[in-house]
Amino acid sequence: MSDSYHGQPILKEPTWTWEIPTYFFTGGMAGASAGLAYLSGLRGNDVLARRAWAISLGAIGVSPVFLISDLGRRARFLNMLRMFKITSPMSVGSWILSGSGATTAVAAVNAWTGLFPRLAREARPAAALLGLPLSTYTAALIANTAVPVWHESRRLLPFVYGSGAALTAGATAAMITPPAYAAPARRLAVGAALVEVGIKEVMHHQLGAQGEPYTQGAGARFGHLSRACNLAGSALMLRAGARSRPAAIAAGVLLCAGALSARWSTYRAGFQSAADPKYVVGPQRAKIERGERPGASRRRSRVSVVRADKGSPATAPVELSAP
Amino acid sequence: MSFETIAWPGSYGDEAKPRKGFFTDTSVCIGCKACQVACKEWNQVPMSLQAFTGKSYDNTTQLGADNWRHVAFIEQKLPVDAGEGASLVQAAERGAALNGGLATYQEGDGLRWLMASDVCKHCTDAACLDVCPTGALFRTEFGTVVVQQDVCNGCGYCVSACPFGVIDRREGDGRAWKCTLCYDRLKDEQEPACAQACPTNSIQFGDLTVLRERAEHRLGQLQRAGQESAQLYLTDEDDGVGGAGAFFLLLDDPEVYGLPPDPVDTRRDLGSIWAAAGAAAVALGVGLGAAVFGGGR
Repeated sequence: MSDSYHGQPILKEPTWTWEIPTYFFTGGMAGASAGLAYLSGLRGNDVLARRAWAISLGAIGVSPVFLISDLGRRARFLNMLRMFKITSPMSVGSWILSGSGATTAVAAVNAWTGLFPRLAREARPAAALLGLPLSTYTAALIANTAVPVWHESRRLLPFVYGSGAALTAGATAAMITPPAYAAPARRLAVGAALVEVGIKEVMHHQLGAQGEPYTQGAGARFGHLSRACNLAGSALMLRAGARSRPAAIAAGVLLCAGALSARWSTYRAGFQSAADPKYVVGPQRAKIERGERPGASRRRSRVSVVRADKGSPATAPVELSAP
Repeated sequence: MSFETIAWPGSYGDEAKPRKGFFTDTSVCIGCKACQVACKEWNQVPMSLQAFTGKSYDNTTQLGADNWRHVAFIEQKLPVDAGEGASLVQAAERGAALNGGLATYQEGDGLRWLMASDVCKHCTDAACLDVCPTGALFRTEFGTVVVQQDVCNGCGYCVSACPFGVIDRREGDGRAWKCTLCYDRLKDEQEPACAQACPTNSIQFGDLTVLRERAEHRLGQLQRAGQESAQLYLTDEDDGVGGAGAFFLLLDDPEVYGLPPDPVDTRRDLGSIWAAAGAAAVALGVGLGAAVFGGGR
């Protein structure tokens, strides 16, 4: 009774719908694929590079569709580029996505058709470079909110999202590239999948009681699914990915399912965290009691001499007598 | 000038007006909800379908896109011993409490009934404004925070950023809505509708400097009358939102009223957030390099 108002939530649940975690998945895929494509090209593995450019272009092509679909006023999507605002990861991300989209398009078209060779020479490294923040800013976006389970994981969440991006880039490239040329993609997929599983464990541990949404409900279900898919996909990719194309495809599907589930796990955990006032009140009150934070209320008046006529106009001039 | 924000008064130059706000003295709130009605009428806020909640007299339950004022009702069973057969000291304390204006107590039946009209806080450091990617949310010349409805594209970022759960996206409209502190009325030197409608002056509108002094005196009065749990909420610049344009005198802890005890503007942690995202991006680059160059083709 005393630590909440009729059990009402203090925070609003996010308005974001399924498009947003799906974009976190496709955006990461696009960003890391551009890096994989560029570096593979540098190493002379054009078979892999061309496919990774195609994956990057496909993923970055659908990303704005998801983002615009989630807006309350879709026709106003261009307002996202009305300003550049460093305090808004969504604003920064909109510009990164725009730059990534343009450079990736040039690089991918050049990889498959040979058009725009001079432009592509500049576009390839730019796309690869922009792909890196494209893969991690989404974690900054949700960490930069009042939602406790997101905000309190702000130091590790970008690493979870970065590894998830790398794993999807590796997994998808391993699926559509002949196994003989796909060794880097397989290494990337398996390595990133294991890193993601590991970092998520550390993140849950660090969150402590604030991490409870990851142990209950949808946040937990998608989390467990993600880990199972990541581990199974990694094992299959390691054992058979180099020899058998069907095995590589199956492993890639498992790994992508793992990465997508991980996005959904954080997404759903955020709703659970915002909906229950105990995640807001308990930790905030604890910080005040430990003396780490002043809190927002004060019981001592800053005035030494209290003057009745300075009080509320409603009460100050009125003389009440006890009945 | 104290309680300066990033954009006010600096970016307004000569056009900056004194910072305006609300002092909500909940000790004289009678729960009439005139503020809610006046706000809805003046601002043409759509009807919100409400069921009977069973939560005391509160069927609104929370602020949102369609409720810019919300009166909370808290029924507390507290040991109150100033009734029949009380000692002279207790009776004297009760008299002092009544003289202090604590007439909302129904001490005879052992019930303490708290009422409070909640509203957007118009924070000095406003998270909603910080994260808004379109610039739809802006700081006015009065130091208040307002959504430009012709710019908002309904991205929903402000909704998750607000540490008070104030702003929300309106169903069927798609844009974010909240209290404007009656920006239109302020421009005509009128007071906001809720403050004008409040019959007990629980909602007081004015210059922040004046209101804050008045609040300090009122807190002193209540403390002297024995109201030890009376407290000022969001009056100080050192809290997590840099103090607020709408602040409160509460008779119990903020969480009792559905308010966070230590709200923090997420921008305070933005440095570490960007640093982590940057480090993760670099790590991703290293990982990609290791995968491509760290073994056979």
